[in-house]
Amino acid sequence: MSEPLPDYRDQSPAVAARFAKIKERPVVLEIDRLGRQFPGEHGPVVALHDISFKVHRREFVCVIGPSGCGKSTLIRIIAGLDEPTSGRMLVDGKETSGPCPERGMVFQGYTLFPWLTVKKNVMFGLKMQGMDGGQADREARQWIDLVGLTRFADTYPAQLSGGMKQRTAIARALAANPRVLLMDEPFGALDAQTRAQMQSHLLEIWRNVDVTILFITHDLDEAIFLADRILVLKAHPGEVQEVIEVPVPRPRNLSQLNSPEFLATRRRLEELIHPRVDAHAHEHLPIIRLTQVGDDVE
Amino acid sequence: MSRPRWFSVRQELTPKRSRFLGVLAFMLPLALWSLFSYIPWLWHPMVKVTAPGDVDWMRAGLLINRHDFDKEVATAQLAHTHAPVGFRANPIYFPAPHAVIRSLYTAFTTAPVLKGDLWLHQSLWMSIQTIFWGFTISSVVGIPLGILCGSFIAISRLTEPFVDFVRYMPAPAFGALMVAIFGIQLEPKIAIIVIGTFFQQVLVVANTVRKVDCALIEAAQTLGSKRRQLVLRVIVPASLPDLYNDTRILLGWAWTYLIVAEVVGVSSGISFFINQQAKYRNFDNVYAAIIIIGILGLTIDQILAFVGHRLFPWKNPRPSRIRAFLGKLFGLRPASAEKPVQLLPQ
Repeated sequence: MSEPLPDYRDQSPAVAARFAKIKERPVVLEIDRLGRQFPGEHGPVVALHDISFKVHRREFVCVIGPSGCGKSTLIRIIAGLDEPTSGRMLVDGKETSGPCPERGMVFQGYTLFPWLTVKKNVMFGLKMQGMDGGQADREARQWIDLVGLTRFADTYPAQLSGGMKQRTAIARALAANPRVLLMDEPFGALDAQTRAQMQSHLLEIWRNVDVTILFITHDLDEAIFLADRILVLKAHPGEVQEVIEVPVPRPRNLSQLNSPEFLATRRRLEELIHPRVDAHAHEHLPIIRLTQVGDDVE
Repeated sequence: MSRPRWFSVRQELTPKRSRFLGVLAFMLPLALWSLFSYIPWLWHPMVKVTAPGDVDWMRAGLLINRHDFDKEVATAQLAHTHAPVGFRANPIYFPAPHAVIRSLYTAFTTAPVLKGDLWLHQSLWMSIQTIFWGFTISSVVGIPLGILCGSFIAISRLTEPFVDFVRYMPAPAFGALMVAIFGIQLEPKIAIIVIGTFFQQVLVVANTVRKVDCALIEAAQTLGSKRRQLVLRVIVPASLPDLYNDTRILLGWAWTYLIVAEVVGVSSGISFFINQQAKYRNFDNVYAAIIIIGILGLTIDQILAFVGHRLFPWKNPRPSRIRAFLGKLFGLRPASAEKPVQLLPQ
């Protein structure tokens, strides 16, 4: 019998000190009573209701929640690709709306420009800001080196693997020098192995770059592995259910996946996201037995 | 491993088989044509008279209905006069392959019958000019307008209902009007091609532009692209290969409008040549001219495909057969077989 898990709120002194330090940093992104309604057949459907949170500079925040909780709507609103129906959003204390390079975005579907090489993709945002070709070229090379694609600078996206495409997309978003990097399930389309490598890689990049990350995922382990804080949403309507300060110390590595703090956090997330499985007992599928008696697999 | 099957749903053929079928696509109609031309008991509904016998209205070289010929032979036999002699032949509008192939050359050397008529090469040149100007004028206006329609819903709402309305008016219906406006030379013909192409072009281009992945536009917005940049730096380059292919297809339509355009005003060009030759019953020249149009169209299309391949290295449009052929000829690697770059271990 293994020893019982600690409480997910218990923090070691080192972790507690780290959180204290984070809270001293200025707030980069503030979401203030944000709401979003969609018109529906039977009156408006509330996708997001009264969402408020703050993200400090160089903090890594994950947003997690059951499907349909409005995670993607939330990040699209923050990126300026969707309009909120109420509430406001502040970046560095200034109210803002609409798409802007200060809020960079990495999409699940890569969205690289297929007609541009890796380097030209990374240069895109710099060119949009009016930087001249030579300087944009030099800066782009730095970002490409940072994500480890030096050899592929002149390759078209179609020739890259999924992981490399997403690294290019991260370099492209970072090159525009965003205050907040928004990531909408960026590793969702990758296979498990590539995904784990990309997570470590992302932490590595984050450690070396002055950027604040808001990361959406539905993978509990991914959220715990990456985040300082996890924002747990609930569905119908989408609301903040709990904000968890992840007690797993940094730097993170894969061996922490079985540490007591990690497992404690994971259990709490499971409670929040999959509450009381037996409540759904009536949803059992009406399965008819189609095999012979005695021919059991279990 | 078992031999691959010829017919399996959506499975690639071996290159050898695919080449073979490509050749067969032309050989099969040619073989059928040859069968009906060279085997005397297949079809051949006419008789070419070699000796008229005692039938006073017949001449040597006359081509008449086999039924009528047989009746004359029967009459002659009953009357114990000399029966006419002849061999079975096809109607004049169905020349044999060798005659048409010969006339591919002789059509160019046949002098015009009437003063003022044109040689084949002159007619062809006129047609090419008409097509070129008609299509260029249409594209210069139609493609940018189509791009704007595909990018801005307001422009689409403003333009497309009217374009849709005019699109249903057959271009030849404007023939008389165009002659009244532009006179009788090349201008009204060019105008007909513009009318026939332009309205389709706007709609086709707008539809292609609308297919640009919305996620690319959103990605560009988060990177700081403004309206003008979204159109010029994202929408246009993203849809360019498809626009190029649309243009290739529309050019084919322009050739169709050429034939009706050329009978407007003073008839001219290749279709006038065809009509004149048909009048003189030089049907082998008619076939030659039609085949030349086909060859010309296919050649231009293949050149455009070849150029397109170079223009959009990141995307292969419809593969060019000429490129594949040249590649085989000079031992170049076909583009489609290019190996993707070795992927980095993650």
